[in-house]
Amino acid sequence: MNLHFDVEGGEFISAGVASSKVKKVLKQLAIQPEIIRKISVAMYEAEINMVIHAHGGVIDAEIMPDHVHVVLKDEGPGIENIELAMKAGYSTASRLAREMGFGAGMGLANMKRYADILQIESEPGKGTTVEITVKLYPEQA
Amino acid sequence: MHLTQIKEILDAQVIAGKGDMNQEIDFGYGCDLMSDVLAYVQNNIVLLTGLVHPQVIRTAEMLDIKAIVIVRGKEPGSDLIEMANRRDIVIMTTKHSLFTASGLLFKNGLIGEEIAHNELTF
Repeated sequence: MNLHFDVEGGEFISAGVASSKVKKVLKQLAIQPEIIRKISVAMYEAEINMVIHAHGGVIDAEIMPDHVHVVLKDEGPGIENIELAMKAGYSTASRLAREMGFGAGMGLANMKRYADILQIESEPGKGTTVEITVKLYPEQA
Repeated sequence: MHLTQIKEILDAQVIAGKGDMNQEIDFGYGCDLMSDVLAYVQNNIVLLTGLVHPQVIRTAEMLDIKAIVIVRGKEPGSDLIEMANRRDIVIMTTKHSLFTASGLLFKNGLIGEEIAHNELTF
């Protein structure tokens, strides 16, 4: 199953709509709650990043029999130093992002913790693509 | 601890999700930073926070958090309340500070969720 979302930038109130929809679909598929939580948190963090740093973008979520693969693509400012950005506590977020309870520099670290595979490709000035893969039945892998 | 007990102990007002007050909560967690809530919460908790941005509800949704106590007498907007009602998330408000509200619940037997991992090593 493929789900596509267009995410608007600067929409701090509605940010998270895509993650919310994917979560609902996974619930209907009766996936284990702990696994849904991993996908939801990792995707939500990435979606929030897209809104606060990159003026939105597009999300494609692919739900396969044994895994979920989410691709979040933006044409924002890019990440200059991914290693530094991954560091817990490092943040370049705006005051507005902080007012909504984000921008503490935990986003990428959270994504790495909850994703089974996390791939980030970024080019300063061009944009960032984040790919999150979570296995639905890790005990069988 | 039942939500009805939490309401009594904190002298709280229920402003959303009135129907689900008999739910049992295992731990408490107090935090204004949603990034940290997403990083550390793993269990069935009541979230105590002074943040009233609608993203508090989204964060709760992602983590299956059933109840939120808004501290320091803050009043959330109607958008936050509507979002909570649509997701069956209970929202209460209390005049107590985050510290006092946490202390009152702890004293009455609700323990905090412990931090289960070291942030620097994931």
